[in-house]
Formats: sequence, C-alpha cells, structure tokens
Amino acid sequence: MIPIDPESVTAGPVPAVTMRGITKRFPGVVANEQVDFEALEGEIHALLGENGAGKSTLSNILTGLYRPDEGEILVRGNPVAFHSPRDAIEAGIGMVHQHFRLAASFTVAENLVLGHRDAADRGFLLEPRVIQGRVAELARRYRMPVDPGARVWQLSVGEQQRVEILKALYRGARILILDEPTSLLTPQESKNLFETLRLMVAEGRTVIFISHKLEEVMAVSTRVTVLRQGKLIGTVLTKETNPRQLARMMVGRDVVFTQKKEAVAQTERDVVLDLRGVTALSDLGTLALQKVDLTVHAGEIVGIAGVAGNGQRELAEVITGMRRLTSGTVSIAGRAMRSGDPLAAIQQSVSHVPEDRMGTGVAPSLSIADNLVLKSYRRAPISPQGWLRAGRIRANAVDLMRRFNISAPGPQTPTRLLSGGNVQKVLLARELSSRPKVLVAASPTRGLDVAATDAVRALLLEAAARGVAILLISEDLDEILALADRIAVLYGGRIMGVVERQKAVVEELGLMMAGAA
Amino acid sequence: MVAVPIGSLIGAVILSSIILLATGHDPLATWQRLLERGFFSEGALSATLVQATPLLLTGLAAAAAFRMQTWNIGAEGQLYLGAVGASGIAIALQSQSAALVIPAMVLAGLVTGAAWAAIPGALRAFFRTNEIITSLMLNYVGGLLITYLIFDSHSYWRELSTFTSRVFPQGKYLSPSAAWPSLQIAGIGVPFGFFIGMFAAAGLWMLYRSTRFGFEARVIGDSRSAAHYAGIRTRRKIVAVMALSGAFAGLGGASEIGDFRHVLDPRGLQQASFGYGGIVVAALARLNPFAVIVVALLLGGLSNGGFSLQGADFPAGLVGTLQGLILFCALAGELLVHYKIRLGRPAGVSHKPADAARVGAA
Repeated sequence: MIPIDPESVTAGPVPAVTMRGITKRFPGVVANEQVDFEALEGEIHALLGENGAGKSTLSNILTGLYRPDEGEILVRGNPVAFHSPRDAIEAGIGMVHQHFRLAASFTVAENLVLGHRDAADRGFLLEPRVIQGRVAELARRYRMPVDPGARVWQLSVGEQQRVEILKALYRGARILILDEPTSLLTPQESKNLFETLRLMVAEGRTVIFISHKLEEVMAVSTRVTVLRQGKLIGTVLTKETNPRQLARMMVGRDVVFTQKKEAVAQTERDVVLDLRGVTALSDLGTLALQKVDLTVHAGEIVGIAGVAGNGQRELAEVITGMRRLTSGTVSIAGRAMRSGDPLAAIQQSVSHVPEDRMGTGVAPSLSIADNLVLKSYRRAPISPQGWLRAGRIRANAVDLMRRFNISAPGPQTPTRLLSGGNVQKVLLARELSSRPKVLVAASPTRGLDVAATDAVRALLLEAAARGVAILLISEDLDEILALADRIAVLYGGRIMGVVERQKAVVEELGLMMAGAA
Repeated sequence: MVAVPIGSLIGAVILSSIILLATGHDPLATWQRLLERGFFSEGALSATLVQATPLLLTGLAAAAAFRMQTWNIGAEGQLYLGAVGASGIAIALQSQSAALVIPAMVLAGLVTGAAWAAIPGALRAFFRTNEIITSLMLNYVGGLLITYLIFDSHSYWRELSTFTSRVFPQGKYLSPSAAWPSLQIAGIGVPFGFFIGMFAAAGLWMLYRSTRFGFEARVIGDSRSAAHYAGIRTRRKIVAVMALSGAFAGLGGASEIGDFRHVLDPRGLQQASFGYGGIVVAALARLNPFAVIVVALLLGGLSNGGFSLQGADFPAGLVGTLQGLILFCALAGELLVHYKIRLGRPAGVSHKPADAARVGAA
C-alpha cells in the first residue's frame, strides 16, 4: 500500500489519481498524447470518447497493463510507477473490464480470492465460510445482491458484473475503473448499478466511468473528461454542460442523431416478411425461439429489442436461412422459404447484416472487391458461364465504394484492414445494392463511432424509404426508438409484446426486456 | 521477398558446412559435387526430373487442398492408388496401342486418386471428422493395400507366370505400349508426366483465380461462416476439393508407373515418400502452382544430387542430414517471415500494430 501522508488528507476534494503528460505510442499509432487527467476522491468521473480515442489505453496505463512512454502518475499525491497490474491493485486501483475476467466454473467467493492473498488464507487452504461471509457483507453494503456460493456460469450478465465490482472492492480498490459497464445491462440493471456507484463515492472512493453514451454520462457523473484521437479535449463539470456540447467535444463537430424515421401507414402496405409460429433451437440444442409470430411491411422498420442471448441471433438466422426451423414458417412476399438454406434466402431477396460482421458478414482476408460480390459472384454479369470477370468485379467495387462512401486505399485492400465503420459500409453496400425485399440488420451500429453510426442509420432509413422491409435487431434501445416504426421485445425466445413507437414507454420496454411483463 | 530465401540458404550452407567439417569432409567440394550432380553435369537434369515429376504432382495436390484450408495429408496414399489404377488398366489393355493405353492410364490415375481422397473429404464434410487424421491414416491403408496386391495375394497386378516370380513376388511388367513418351528438349529427357504437371499447374492457377469454383474455395478457405452466410454449399465443396487434390496425387502415381517404373512396385513407391515431399514443396511454394514447378525442380535436384554424393567415404545418413538441414532452414525462413525481432522493449506488452489499433479502440 502507498503510505498516506497525513498532510495531504485535508478537507475538500482530494485528487485520488493524477496523470500528467501521459504519452503512449504503438507502432504507427499514438494512442495517448500528452494527456492530463485527474479524478478526485468522492467523484464519479466519466471518461468519454469515440472508439479509438484512447480511453482504454489510458485506463490500461492506470491499471499497470501498459507503461507510458512519457508522463507521470500520482496516486493521492504520491508518484507511482506500475510495473504490473499487481502494483496497481496494491495502490488501490481496480478495474472492471467490459469483457469479464471470471472463472466460470468457480463460485463467486472463489473468484474473489483468486490470485489474491490476504490474512484469511492459511497456506493453500481457503476458508470458504469466512470468505463467503465477507462477500455477503460487501454485497449488502453496496446493495449488490449476489449469492457468494453460486457458480459464475449460473449468473446473469448483470450479476457477473457485480462479482467483478465486488472483486475489485474485496482487493481494497479505492479507485474503481469501469469500462462501458452498461453495454450489456437492461435499463433497470443500469439504474441499480448507478445506485451502487453513488454509494461507493459517498464513502470517498473514486469511480472512473468509461463510456460513449452521452445520456448515462449526463445521468451519473460529477465531471467529464473528453478524449479525441488520443488527445485531451477538456474536463468539464457535468452540471455545467449538456449532451450537445459533449458530442461536439467528442467528434469535433456538431453531431446529434437527427435520424428519425417518418412513420409509414402500414395498413396500406403489403406484408413482406411474415413469421408464423417460428420455433428453433440454439447451437446447444436448447429452445431459442418459441412460436414467434411477426410481420414486417414494405417500407417499415420493426425493431427487436432485448438483452443479448434472448433469441436475437437465432431470429436473424432463421429468416436468412442460416438456421433450420423446428416448426413454423417464414414467408417472403407470400412465398414460404426453404428452412436452413442461406442460398434460398438470397434468391428470395433477403439481405442480411449479421451481428458478427468480420468473419461472417465478410471474408476478412479477401479484398473489398471480392467481398462486394460475395453473393452476386454466381450470376451474370459477374460470372457468365462460370468465369469470373475481373474487370466487372473491379468496376462494381469502384462504383459501390464511391456510392457508399467507403474509405480504403483501393478495391484490392483486404477487408480486415478496414475500420469497423468501413467494414459495415462494405456489408451494407453489398446487401442494399442487390435490391432486397427484406433486410435483417443485427446490431448494425455496435462498436461504431458516432459518424459511422450516423451513416449506417441513414442507409437503413433510405432503404426503408425505397420500400425494403427491415427487421432491426439491436440492444441499443435508443437506436430502436429512433428508427423503428414498431418495437417487438424478445425475451427467452418469445415475443413479449409489440408496440408502436409513438406509444412506447421506455420503462415498459425495459420491464419486458427483463421478462417482467 | 528475396531476402528471406537467401538468408535461409546462407543459414543452410553455414550449418551444413559445420557438420561437413566435423565429419572430415571438404564443404566446398561437397557443395560443388551436389550442385553438379543435381543440375549441371551431363544428364543431371534428366535424372533430376525423375525426382521432380512426382514432387510436382503431389505438390500441386497439396496446394490445391491447402488453398481452401483443407488439410489433405494423404497425397502419399492417393499416389499409391493412382499407381494401382494406372497399372491395372495398362495390364487390362496390354494388347492395345499406346494412343489408347496412355490416356486410359492418365484417366485411371486421376479417378482412383480422386476417389481415395474423396473418402476423407466426405467424412469431413458430412461427419465433421478431422481430415488430417483420416487422410493420413489412409496412407497406411494404401501402403498396405499395394503390399498386399504384390506380396500377400495372387492379385491381378502380380506376376505369376514364372517360378521365380512365384517365389520372389513382383508385379507384372507392362507392355511397351504403356510406356509414356519422354520428350527430348535440348538433350534433356522431359517425362510426359512433367508436361502434364505443368499444364495442371496452369489449370489450377486459372481455377482458383477466375472461376466460380475458385472464388467459393477462397471464401471457404478464409472463413467457413462467411461461406455459409453467402449461400455456398460448403460440404460439396470440401469433397470436390479433396477429390481434385487426390486426382493430382493419383496422376503422380500414374506417372510413376508410366514414366519410370512400368510395374507396380510397393517397396520403391513407399520408400520414395513423394506424397509427404509434396507437402514440403507446396509449403515452400506458398501454395502458388507456378512456384510449385520451380520448387519441385529444386528439391528434385537436391535429392538426385544427394544420391550421387553417397559412397564409401560419404554415408547415406550424412546425405540425409544435409538435405534435412537445407529443408529445415528453408521452412524456418518461411515461418520467420511472419515475425519481427525487436530489441529493448519490456516483456509482457504486445507490440503488434494490429493490437495497438485494437487497444486504441475504447
């Protein structure tokens, strides 16, 4: 532990952690450049920025994972040099990663003591009851109900996150860093998390909250530090700012999500996508979809809301032929589709933007040009008589790259070298240029920065305006509220309800997402 | 691009020179002899082509499959079966003219090799077995099969007309009409099989570059799930590519019979292990069909030169050691292409630019 100098503990806010002039370079990238950052005791400090802005690098430096090339770190006024994450833990800095680092087959209590030594240890022997008692005590204090004896694989995502936070607290973290903690939570779970965080800072702990969601930053933080392209843009008091200003700081220009769909009068339009009693199994053989009935009209966007793992992936896959139905039918424009045959779906003009865009949506090592003909390669004009026409493949790529604003060195660039936003544009360019009747888009903006998100949403709206029936599957409720005409909530493989956007109430949707309605 | 092969070559020369010096041989003289016998002396290239022809065809076999990330390790067994097919049809048609027999042998080699390879292909496609293991195991089955045909049975392939052949088993020698022509070019005898191999290389290159079939294979090779997503029939494709690969290897077996051996010779075929050599050829050629031709010639020369190094003062084991070192250095060079050596950075931190970009993403 860092010895605490009594002189420095004075009344008023004390800097818990100070980073000065931090620079970190990777080959070809400057991830952090002369960044100053300070978080006080008793505050929730949000670290805001787009993808690639350097938030993760900065927090990895603070947790001892990376060593900065330049700059210094002070914890409660004392300079520190972390050589490993263990040093950072000993200085009282804990981190909850976006992807949890828990041993799934161990109990909650075992995970907490994993790799940690303290007085409760007697050599190799663990004292389960002592540890479980302490865990239960911590959980009560911070209102994070979790059973210390439960095994991690039995827990929901929200519970697993609580375990991660408890783990950091158990190791004596005074400064807790949370990396996009709400990305997998329902609105209710997020609210509970914020309560816990407030309790922690009330005790004088410090929370550093990494996010790119403006609403929650406004809701939970005391101050906000914004990074852009590795540089510090500024630190502001939350109560003196607004989402618009933060968005401007984040992207360097005014961006608000102006994309909003005009409602279509669906009664006048034809039903294009029609699901009746669709039942399907997951990869593990469990029931993933149960008697799902759903229709999407031409020009309509139907949003599928829900927490990941409630059948969204399977729903997208049965419509696009990638998964077999065990019962029920999927019809496109009145024609029943052959189940479990992606080629049949392609031939019936069903386009698909899959969740796993790199790997499923594109063949990563193949060129942009090849990926743009990934579905049309089997027809004239690309391959009359079975022979590929290199010139036409190239011309197709040049045309689509221009129309869809794909920035890349050239059509022959391997697709895996593109940024997430450009990969998604390659995908959408291919899927929308084939004149689809139906488009199934799964998490189309996940992981994209603000500008790319905007572009993707604009493309979806444009397609709907041309009469494409769109099924938008997204965990981002704000996105669904902005784009969808109707919203269906999927929980445990069932449709919990379908509401029109104008009549949708966020709290009700949240309850349905949690299976409570 | 050129620095790595040259570096590997220098490494190989240094390492083998150390061994040659330690065993009391003059490295320079040995190298000179190896190169002369392999490539430059009278008749050297003709002898090298005898080794290079089967290596070319099995190299193409490996390249055809590996390009789609389908790991056919069974060229060895497919070559045996090609030899069985080609010699069988030649015996059946022994009174016919060469114009009929030779095409029939080529076809038989292609078909039997393809059929043998289709077995692990189908197992892979429909039952998800690991084709590396099944194709490898079928090599042993193939080897035992040809041994059985000649040594352990009175099969159609075995010579039984004379007393000695009944006591000392051997295969039926083929009629002269089944001997493949060798084309004389500038005094070098180019086997017919080598010619077919060069055409096959061009065909394979075209197939992968500019046909639907090749496009689908490239997509499957890069990402199975992307292929499934794009509506490609991946299972049929795996069987087809395995069969194609096996056809090349089977052609190698047919060429062994028609060009060189003129008899089904289980010991000779198994000793040469051209099927495994083809994997090395394909790897060194980075799966490029045209490079396979060049690499097959180089390795053919190396093994041919090696034969003539052997003698009272130069044991076969030492020849093998030298060849092994050269291959080792060449393959090590191929592997090291993917790594960079950096000095003066602390351990435990990733330096790859790809990772840096990923960490940059919050």
